[in-house]
Amino acid sequence: MIGIIDYGMGNLFSVSKALERLEVPYFLSENKDELLRADALILPGVGSFKDAMSILNSTGLADLVKEFADTGKPLLGICLGMQLLFESSEENGLTEGLQLLPGHVRRFPGSTAEGETYKVPHMGWNRLEFLQGSPILNGLDEDYVYFVHSYFVDTNDEEVVISRSLYDVEVPAVVGRGNVFGMQFHPEKSSSLGMALLRNFTELVEERMSVK
Amino acid sequence: MLTKRIVPCLDVKDGRVVKGVQFVQLRDAGDPVELARFYDGQGADELVFLDISASHEGRKTMVEVVKAVASELAIPFTVGGGINALEDMKRILRAGADKVSLNTAAVNNPCLITEGANFFGSQCIVVAIDAKYDEEICSWRVYTHGGRTPTDLEVIAWAREAAERGAGEILLTSMDSDGEKKGFDLKLTKAVSEAVSIPVIASGGAGNADHFAEAFIDGKADAALAASIFHYKETSVAEVKAFIKEKGVVVR
Repeated sequence: MIGIIDYGMGNLFSVSKALERLEVPYFLSENKDELLRADALILPGVGSFKDAMSILNSTGLADLVKEFADTGKPLLGICLGMQLLFESSEENGLTEGLQLLPGHVRRFPGSTAEGETYKVPHMGWNRLEFLQGSPILNGLDEDYVYFVHSYFVDTNDEEVVISRSLYDVEVPAVVGRGNVFGMQFHPEKSSSLGMALLRNFTELVEERMSVK
Repeated sequence: MLTKRIVPCLDVKDGRVVKGVQFVQLRDAGDPVELARFYDGQGADELVFLDISASHEGRKTMVEVVKAVASELAIPFTVGGGINALEDMKRILRAGADKVSLNTAAVNNPCLITEGANFFGSQCIVVAIDAKYDEEICSWRVYTHGGRTPTDLEVIAWAREAAERGAGEILLTSMDSDGEKKGFDLKLTKAVSEAVSIPVIASGGAGNADHFAEAFIDGKADAALAASIFHYKETSVAEVKAFIKEKGVVVR
C-alpha cells in the first residue's frame, strides 16, 4: 500500500482523492514504523521549505524518508515535497534539505536577463517538455500541467531532470534518480496528464511488488 | 510557456448553484459537482465558487460542496464568500479547495491576508477587489459587501498592499463593466496587473470571446473570469480558447 506522509504541511486531501480516483489503496500516517512498511511513499507539501524541514527534523520523519529511500522502494515528492528532496533551499534563509537529489532551491528572479519583469509565483498551466526516457513517463505525451510555486530547483545534474517547463529559467518539473521521484507541479490538479503521471508512479509500485 | 487561464465562476447558495439554468443536458443543473465536471470537460483551467449563502447553515453546506468537488475534480478551484477568519480558511482549504478568496474581510482586517499566507502559503490566498471608478479620486475606489459599501481605499494602492501582505493572486472585478457584456475594464486591469508582481484575474464584463483576447493582450491579465456567458451558453470555454489562440494568446 502507498503511504502518504502526514506532517501537517500537505494538501493531503487532493492527493488522497486522486489516488482514490485511480483506485489505488493508500494510508495517511505520521508514524515512522507504519510508513517504513509502505510499498511506496508520497511526500506532499505546501508552505515554506524551512517550516517543512523543521517539522520533518523534529518528528524524525526526515530520517524516515532517507531510510525509506535506501530501501529502494519508490518515493515521490510533490511540489514542496519535491523541493525537500534536494540539498538546500534559500527560502526564508538557507535551509538544508533531505539531500537525496543534487541541486539547490532558489527563488525565481522575477526579471529576465533583459530586465523585463514577470509574475512570481509561477502560477498556472505550463507545458511539460520530456527530456529523457523514464518509467514515470511511460506511454505519455507532452501536455500542460498546473504549477504554483515561487521557488524552483537549480541543478547542474542533467540526469535528474526527466522533464522540464520554461518560465524565464528552466524549471525542473519531473525529477528522479533510481527510486526517488519528484514533481514540481500538482499532478493531482493537472487534469489527464497529471492523473496519468500519478498512475505511472503507482504502477512502478505494482511492478516492484510483482517482481518480488 | 505559462498559459493564460479561463476561469468560469459559479455562484452557490445553500449548496446549490444558482444561475445554472441553461444546462438542459445535465441531470441536475444546480449540482455544483456536475457543473464543475462539465466545465472541466470544456477545458476550464480553474473554477471559482462564490458562496452567496446568507445563513450559517448555508455556509456549513459549502464545506460539503467543497469536499464533493475536490473528490471529483482534477483542476484547481477557489472558494470565496463568507470567509472572515483563519478558521474559515482552514475549513474550506482542508475540505479540499486550493485557494480561498478574501474580499470584505481583507479590507476590514488586512492582517488576515498575512495570517492566511503564513499558515497556508501565499498560493492559497486570493484577494478579491471590487473596483469602481471615482472621479473624486481620479482612480478606482475599493468597494466591499458585494459592491454596496464604498471604502477609503484606492484600488492600485490596495492591490499593492494586498500583495505585500502575502496575497498570491488578485481577483479584480470591475463594477463599472460587470453585467454590461461590453468587455473587461482594460484600463483598470492593466493598471493593477502592472502595479503588482502577482497574477491578476480580470473579472466583470465578458460578453464574447474577443473580450478575453483583449483582457490578456491589452489588459495584461493573467487569467479571466466569467459567469453568465458560460452559464447561458453564449459561448463555451473551448470556443473562447480556440478564438484567443488564433489571436496569439497561449492557452492550454
